[in-house]
Amino acid sequence: MQIKFLKPLLWPSIAILGSLALAMVALHRGESINAIWLITAALCVYTLAYRFYAAWIAASVLALDETRATPAERLDNGRDFIPTNRWVVFGHHFAAIAGPGPLVGPTLAAQFGYLPGTLWILIGAVIGGCVQDMVTLFLSTRRNAKSLGQMARDELGAIGGTAALIGTFSIMIILIAVLGLVVVNAMKHSPWGTATVLATIPIAMIIGIYMRHLRPGQVLEASMLGVILLLGAVVAGGWIDHQETLRGWFDHEGLPLAWGVIAYGFAAAIFPVWLLLAPRDYLSTFMKLGTVIALAIAIVLLRPEIRMPAITPFIDGTGPIFGGKLFPFVFITIACGAISGFHALIASGTTPKLIANERDIRMIGYGAMLLESFVAIMAMIAATVLEPGVFFAINSPAGFVGKEAADAVAKISSWGYVVTTEQMQLLAEQMGESSLFARTGGAPSLAVGMASIFGRAFGEGMLALWYHFAIMFEAIFILTTLDAGTRVGRFMLQDMLGNLWPRMGETSWMPSVLLTSGLVVAGWGYFLYIGVIDPNGGVNILWPLFGMANQMLAAIALSVATGILVKSGKIKWVWVTAIPLVWLIIVTSTAAWQKVMSDDVRIGFFAAAKDLSEKLAAGILPPEKAAVAPHLIFNQQLDAFITIALVLILWTVVLDMLRVCWRSMCGHDVLPSDEAPYQKTRLETV
Amino acid sequence: MRLLKRGLQNIQVLWQWIRRLSGQDAYERYLLHFYAHQADHLTEVASSTEHGGSEACCITQEKKVLPLTKEEFYKQWQDRKWRGINRCC
Repeated sequence: MQIKFLKPLLWPSIAILGSLALAMVALHRGESINAIWLITAALCVYTLAYRFYAAWIAASVLALDETRATPAERLDNGRDFIPTNRWVVFGHHFAAIAGPGPLVGPTLAAQFGYLPGTLWILIGAVIGGCVQDMVTLFLSTRRNAKSLGQMARDELGAIGGTAALIGTFSIMIILIAVLGLVVVNAMKHSPWGTATVLATIPIAMIIGIYMRHLRPGQVLEASMLGVILLLGAVVAGGWIDHQETLRGWFDHEGLPLAWGVIAYGFAAAIFPVWLLLAPRDYLSTFMKLGTVIALAIAIVLLRPEIRMPAITPFIDGTGPIFGGKLFPFVFITIACGAISGFHALIASGTTPKLIANERDIRMIGYGAMLLESFVAIMAMIAATVLEPGVFFAINSPAGFVGKEAADAVAKISSWGYVVTTEQMQLLAEQMGESSLFARTGGAPSLAVGMASIFGRAFGEGMLALWYHFAIMFEAIFILTTLDAGTRVGRFMLQDMLGNLWPRMGETSWMPSVLLTSGLVVAGWGYFLYIGVIDPNGGVNILWPLFGMANQMLAAIALSVATGILVKSGKIKWVWVTAIPLVWLIIVTSTAAWQKVMSDDVRIGFFAAAKDLSEKLAAGILPPEKAAVAPHLIFNQQLDAFITIALVLILWTVVLDMLRVCWRSMCGHDVLPSDEAPYQKTRLETV
Repeated sequence: MRLLKRGLQNIQVLWQWIRRLSGQDAYERYLLHFYAHQADHLTEVASSTEHGGSEACCITQEKKVLPLTKEEFYKQWQDRKWRGINRCC
């Protein structure tokens, strides 16, 4: 009786609580704010969005039909197409979409303060990212699990399909390069970190051999063994760090580490999957899930104070981590934590082949992206619990704040974020590092934030272990994405070259494997090399490029969805995909315009190239910078042309979609809808 | 005693979920599917009879296909999993 009485009050109560929390987050100024307000605001927003917006889209826009047989049922072959329990599919889908992006992006975007990034993570996910994932999953499920590229080709035409293919390939190359840079910067002059990350390679191989030959199919056993070995590697790294001779073996500059990552990427792409990629993926999935759960528990238990202000002066574009104003760069930088085009590739790949019933699409498509958005919120919290001065000292490149510690602290303190060399030295000692200055890329500052949270929650005496555990956790699934991405890039290239010479299309023909793997690795290896030699840390160049490519791919996915909605006669609901699409077009085009045309050398690629050329010609560059200047100049120009190409692809697809919509609305011939015919389901529940 | 029994049952259910989520029970599910669709796995093999000459007469033979062994299944499962885009940024 009491429960019945309270039920009508539930949703209004959540709405009021969420509004209060959001108001607190948005309007609080001055002293620190408790992280629990962000958590509360996020959970309330997600709950309301899932219960009302997602449910309405599912019922009215997509008209999910639980009586309809899915391809998993119709094409069930016990291997690829298998009707699977929704919770299992949710787990697999979330593990597939949740990469390092929602951790790194918010960390970098904290340059603007905690507020802009937090608001975009919430709003962008609810209105954009979750909608994209759910709609793409639905459209692919209705089309026998076709990929995004195939749907673009079949529904819009060859232009859409080709654009999706180029978009996918380019985002893969840039993504791997930027993730490689994140790992290299985390290992730079960190013997402990380097030893631990290096140890993950033989550990993965041991687990691979164990699962393949010794105990086939014993996934849990092998993963448990692997996790124990990984934790042992973190501890062993600490031991190595205290041995004078051994320490020297693992203490390296960025460039040798970059060559190591490139060599690793090539080897991992040509080795059989069971030896490196598959076992590394198991280990990283378990580590990812466990660490994210532990971080959530720790944040809720501790309720740490957020030290970063809501908004920093760097919204004016003068930020040290990356150049560019709040608009459009907070959106480009957050990327995966709110909207990610890459998710459309996952949602139109394996996942549709497992969906047992259409009613599961809302939970898996919309729900999994909400969870990823929550991971991004936690990353934002972990980054902003640090003192702002410490945050900027870790993330600001030496090229911006000065090479010497004294210069860096003086500059950062002049911004109003007080930090001292003694404070940073103590922090580095606590984390088991020689220095934390200019450790750009986002991973070290995230690790420091996570270590301080874990330390306070589970054991303050082990800060160094927590820090290196966090570094290992980030590195292991970055390297999994690196392996998997290089392999996919290789398959795509083999497919394309197979059209010219069929032999090249044979995925197991070793000359083709070696050549295509080499080409893909050379592609991302080049950008990684540039990022490492860049005195500004490389993040300023690579992350915006990745963000633009990612958002472009999201715009392609939403264009396909919008086109299909119009062709299906659902014009009155087209705003559901059109609003995030228009937003992405505005953001990506504005960012691209500024990256190409801006006179600010920290924003515009051509401006930076011109500035460097003039300084090189005038002979005023220091010798080490003059040596790499020609490479940097060439790369800046190349990046400008890549940016132009990305925007041209984006607009080509959008205009082609508008053409198809116009023709459809005027009653002219367009490509027919490729939806599979209705068949009644025979499954009761799975 | 009842509580203990219930607790053990819950642990068993949880363990089955963990096995399902991790893919540890993939081979068992493959076998279930295989034997549920056993008729689909019978192959037809046409062969000529001893009549010879110009008369062609075929006898259809059914050849039973056995399920993959555990090792074979996991090898194929792993190789197939990493064919497409499986991990995100």
